[in-house]
Amino acid sequence: MALDEELAALMAAAQRGDAAAYRALLKACLPVVSAIARAKGVRGEAVDDVVQDTLMTLHRVRASYDPARAFLPWLRAITQRRAIDRLRRAGRQPREIHDPLAYESEVDPGPAPGQGLEARERATALARAVASLPEGQRQAVEHLGLRDLSLDETAALTGRSKGALKVNLHRALKALRARLNQERS
Amino acid sequence: MPDRARNQARSERLVDDLAHDLTPVRPLPGPARRAALWLGAVLLVGLVAGLILELVGASPFDAPGFLLRMRVPDRALAGLGAVLTAATAAVAAFATSVPGRSAAWSLLPLPGLALWVGASGLGCLRGWIAPGTDLSGPVGHGHVTGTGCFGFLVCVSVPLSVLILAMLRRACPLRPTLTAALGGLAASAAAAALLVPFHPHDAAATDLLIHGVAVLGVIGLNLLAGGRLLSAEPAPLTPPDPRSRASGPAR
Repeated sequence: MALDEELAALMAAAQRGDAAAYRALLKACLPVVSAIARAKGVRGEAVDDVVQDTLMTLHRVRASYDPARAFLPWLRAITQRRAIDRLRRAGRQPREIHDPLAYESEVDPGPAPGQGLEARERATALARAVASLPEGQRQAVEHLGLRDLSLDETAALTGRSKGALKVNLHRALKALRARLNQERS
Repeated sequence: MPDRARNQARSERLVDDLAHDLTPVRPLPGPARRAALWLGAVLLVGLVAGLILELVGASPFDAPGFLLRMRVPDRALAGLGAVLTAATAAVAAFATSVPGRSAAWSLLPLPGLALWVGASGLGCLRGWIAPGTDLSGPVGHGHVTGTGCFGFLVCVSVPLSVLILAMLRRACPLRPTLTAALGGLAASAAAAALLVPFHPHDAAATDLLIHGVAVLGVIGLNLLAGGRLLSAEPAPLTPPDPRSRASGPAR
């Protein structure tokens, strides 16, 4: 509960008129408030709206915080109320559900669950495969394939001839293809 | 996501605006102290009203009759219940107006309410079962009768409700309807408690009905007016949206 004590002290200072403490308090509240809003089921840009609504309310009713009591329950109660207000307002907005095509083709703007995980896994597998190539082939893939350098630049960098680089790249791609296919199956 | 970044920048700017706008505030006293303050105001209202009636010479208060009535257990208990209900409902209303306090505070007035309603009902029952014990004949020379006590209850409840709603608004009632209902209960119970010294009648069924209607009416009024009054968002001190939008495209 170290965070709570810290925030409570900042809030007490803010009630006395300490603007620096107040700024620090609000900055520290931003992630807390958005986490509470997300836990309430607010998604996407609406989270930031809830954060701003909550800060405005907090500012208006800052006298209602009792410095002798914990800060986070006070903040949580205000945030949850503002999150519910936002969800209700969003629920009242009309959505295009009369058009089945539009409804079905509406994409969830957020990343799908586990999407980042899969991409990261693929990236590490590829990095491992590249690292296991022989020196010449690895250089060819890194400079030509990944960093997008030209043949001349790569030749100057590595001191290999352009012909050797072409052969190395070709062999490297073949080896990578074989290795990644084998890993997948 | 550029929208996301812009929104976060807006939050940061809002932080700066609010910090810029900061003025020192005094933390509100605890719910019990604010309730005590309100109860003090209630007593003051009662004393002043009684004094004015006394000066005008229309005071319905007769001390011997009051003392005699207080010797009847169910009438004394009903009066005590009304006082208890007023005090606990006021504490509960002020407690629920502070964010982060449990909604279970709203259960606090229930025992007092049970005593008040129960004792009044008992008095009514006594009048039915044993009509001879009715005090209304010899005791009262009452000016506050029938519709009179309905008028008294409503006329006293309304200013007390206005006062408690104004005090509740200074905190942050996140459950406005619950808080307003508790405030209404406190106001009507206080009015009923103030009525006790002036009320010459024994609790009769019609009397109880009139009181019940008055109390429920006051609570209903509070629900209608207060729920909206307490949930209304006053205009923010600094309108951050237009300003941030104006400076938005410049970035």
